[in-house]
Amino acid sequence: MSDEDDEILREEVLDEARDDVAAAFDGEFPIEIEGLRNSFGEQVIHEDLSLQVRRGEILGVVGGSGSGKSVLMRSIIGLQIPDGGEVRVFGKNTIGAEPDEQSAVRSRWGVLFQGGALFSTLTVAENIEVPLKQFYPELDEELRHEIARYKVMMSGLPEEAAAKYPSELSGGMKKRAGLARALALDPELLFLDEPTAGLDPIGAAAFDELTRNLQNTLGLTVFLITHDLDTLYAICDRVAVIADKKVIAVGTIPELLKTDHEWIQEYFNGPRSRAARETAGKSVDKPASTKA
Amino acid sequence: MREWADFTVQEAGGRTTIVLQGPLLVSTIGVIDRKLRDLTEPVQFVDLSNTGEIDTVGAWTVCRFADEHRARITGGSEQALKLIETVRENASTAPIEPERQPTFERMFTDTGEKVVNFGNGVIRFLGFLGEVLAAMGRLILNPRRFRMKSLVRQFELVGVTALPIIGLMSFLIGIVVAQQGAAQLRQFGAEIYTINLTGRLSLRELGVLMTAIMVAGRSGSAFAAQLGTMKLTEEIDAMRTIGVSPTEALVIPRILAAVLMMPLLGFFAAVAAIIGGAFIADLTLGIPFLTFLSRIQEVVPIHDLWVALIKAPVFGLIVALAGCYQGMQVKGDSEQVGLRTTKAVVQAIFMVIVLDAFFAVFFDKVGWA
Repeated sequence: MSDEDDEILREEVLDEARDDVAAAFDGEFPIEIEGLRNSFGEQVIHEDLSLQVRRGEILGVVGGSGSGKSVLMRSIIGLQIPDGGEVRVFGKNTIGAEPDEQSAVRSRWGVLFQGGALFSTLTVAENIEVPLKQFYPELDEELRHEIARYKVMMSGLPEEAAAKYPSELSGGMKKRAGLARALALDPELLFLDEPTAGLDPIGAAAFDELTRNLQNTLGLTVFLITHDLDTLYAICDRVAVIADKKVIAVGTIPELLKTDHEWIQEYFNGPRSRAARETAGKSVDKPASTKA
Repeated sequence: MREWADFTVQEAGGRTTIVLQGPLLVSTIGVIDRKLRDLTEPVQFVDLSNTGEIDTVGAWTVCRFADEHRARITGGSEQALKLIETVRENASTAPIEPERQPTFERMFTDTGEKVVNFGNGVIRFLGFLGEVLAAMGRLILNPRRFRMKSLVRQFELVGVTALPIIGLMSFLIGIVVAQQGAAQLRQFGAEIYTINLTGRLSLRELGVLMTAIMVAGRSGSAFAAQLGTMKLTEEIDAMRTIGVSPTEALVIPRILAAVLMMPLLGFFAAVAAIIGGAFIADLTLGIPFLTFLSRIQEVVPIHDLWVALIKAPVFGLIVALAGCYQGMQVKGDSEQVGLRTTKAVVQAIFMVIVLDAFFAVFFDKVGWA
C-alpha cells in the first residue's frame, strides 16, 4: 500500500471516529458515592448513602426487597437523578455532567439489566453491534461482525445463537446475550442486576463462573446486585449491605459476620446462608488482599 | 486527541515482521484494522513488544491477522497472550443474521403464508366469537357472575370520558357541513335546505360514523393494548388458573360497554353537530338559532333517528370485537402489542365504513330514505 492510500484511509477513519473517547481510568475507586439521597415523593429510598468500589473487584450488593439496590445502580449509571449527593464514576461527577462527558463515561461501562433488556427487533449479534456502532463508527463492518461473534462465544452461548432473535432464546440465554452486549465495548466497569435470578442452579453456577472468568481475563470491576447467596460466596470479593436507607457495612463475608447488625446476622446466619457457605467451602475465607 | 494504534513493516533476512505500536484497544484499532486487512504480502512475525494496553478487540485483530498469515506472535505481554488465547478459543464463523430465502422464492412463501394466516385468522376469529357467545350464555344463566363494577368502569372509559372530544369534533363537523352546504345551495337560492342537509346528515350518517371512528381510536386501541399487555405479563393465564374466565371478566364488559355507549355517544354527536350547524347558520346565513332548531323537527323524519340507533350498537360491537380479539392474540414480545393495536383500529374503522355502506343501501330499500 502506498503512503498516499495510507493517508487517505487514515483520514477516512479519523473522519468517521467520534472525538469524545476517554482514556482508561487508573485511579483506585472507579465508583465513589457520597451522601447520596434518593426519594420518590414522600418515600425516601436513600439518605446519606456512601460507597466506594475498588478497581478490579467484584462487589456484591445485597439488601432486602425494596431497599433500593436497583435505584442505587440506576443513580450510578445516570437513569435516576438523585435529590442530592455526589456520584463519581471514573473520577467524574455524573450528576449534571455535560452530555459529551457522559457519553465518554458511558462507553466504559456495560450494564446487564434484570431481564436482559435486549432490543427485540435485532438479532443477538446485531444487539452486540449497537454499542459498537454508536461509540466507534470508524470500525470496519467486518471487524464489527467478528467482534459480535466472539462476544457471543465468550458469553457462553452456542454460535448459532448469534443469528437468533431475543424471543427465540430461553431466559438464561437472554441473560448471556445481555452480558455479551454489556461487554461489547470491552468496558472497565460492569453492572449486573440480579444476573442469576430466575436461572436454574446449574445455570446460575455456570453464570457465576462465567462472571468470575471474564472478570479475571478482562480485569473488570463488577458491581453486582444479587439475592443469590451462592453467588455471594462463590465470586464476590466484598459485599455491601444496604439497609436503613444507607450502606451499613462493606467487607468480605467473614468481616460482615463479625458486625452485630441484626439484618446482617439474620441474612448471613439464616439456614439458606449456612448451606451456601458449606457448598462454597474454603472460598469464604479468601483473604481480602487477593484482589486482582 | 485520541492515540491510534499503528504498525511498521520490517524486513530482515527474508522474513517480514509486522511491528505493532501503541495501545491495541477498541477505541484505537480503527485505522490499523483496515490497513492490516488490505495487507496481502506474506508475514512471518507479529511483534507486540512496543504495544501498550490491550483489550479483546485488539487481541482479536492480532489473532485474526496472525492466523490468516500463519505468522508467529512475539513479544506480547502476559495479559496480551491471555486475551489472544481467549479470543482464539472463542472464534466463530457463524452467520449473524437468520438465513433469507432468495427473493423469488420468498415471494411465493410469503403469499402462501399470508393465505394460510388469513384462513387461520378467520378460524381463530370464529373461535373467539363462539367463546364470547358461550360466555354470554353462561352469564345469562348465572347473572351473579356478571361483573357490574367492571362494566360501569368501562361505561366511564368508553362513554363519559369521550364526551368532550366527541362533542367538540361533532360541533366542528356540523359547522363545516352547514357552511359548505350553504355555499353550494346558495347557487340556486335554496339556502334554507341547509337545515335539511345538516339535520339529516348529522343524525343519519355523520354522527354515528364519526363517533365510531373516534371510539375505535380511543377505546378499540385501548382494549387491544390492555388485553395484549395483560397477556404478555401472564395476567390472563393467572386468571384462567384461578378459574376466572378472561372472556367473562375482561371481554364481555368491554363489548357491552361499547355496544351500549355507542348509541348514546352517536346521538350526542348528532345533537352537537346540529348545534354547530345552527350556530354557523345564525352567524352567516341569517337563520336564527332557534328557528334552525325548530325547523329540524319538521324536516328530519323520525326514521333517521332509528337508522342511527340501529347502526350505532353494531358499530360499537365491531370496534370492541376487533380490539378485544386483537388484544387476546398477542403473544411473544412487546412489539406485538403495537402491531395488534394498529390492526385493531384499522380493521375496526374499515369494517365500520364497509357496513355503513351496506346499511345505507339497506335502509334505502326498506323505504327509510
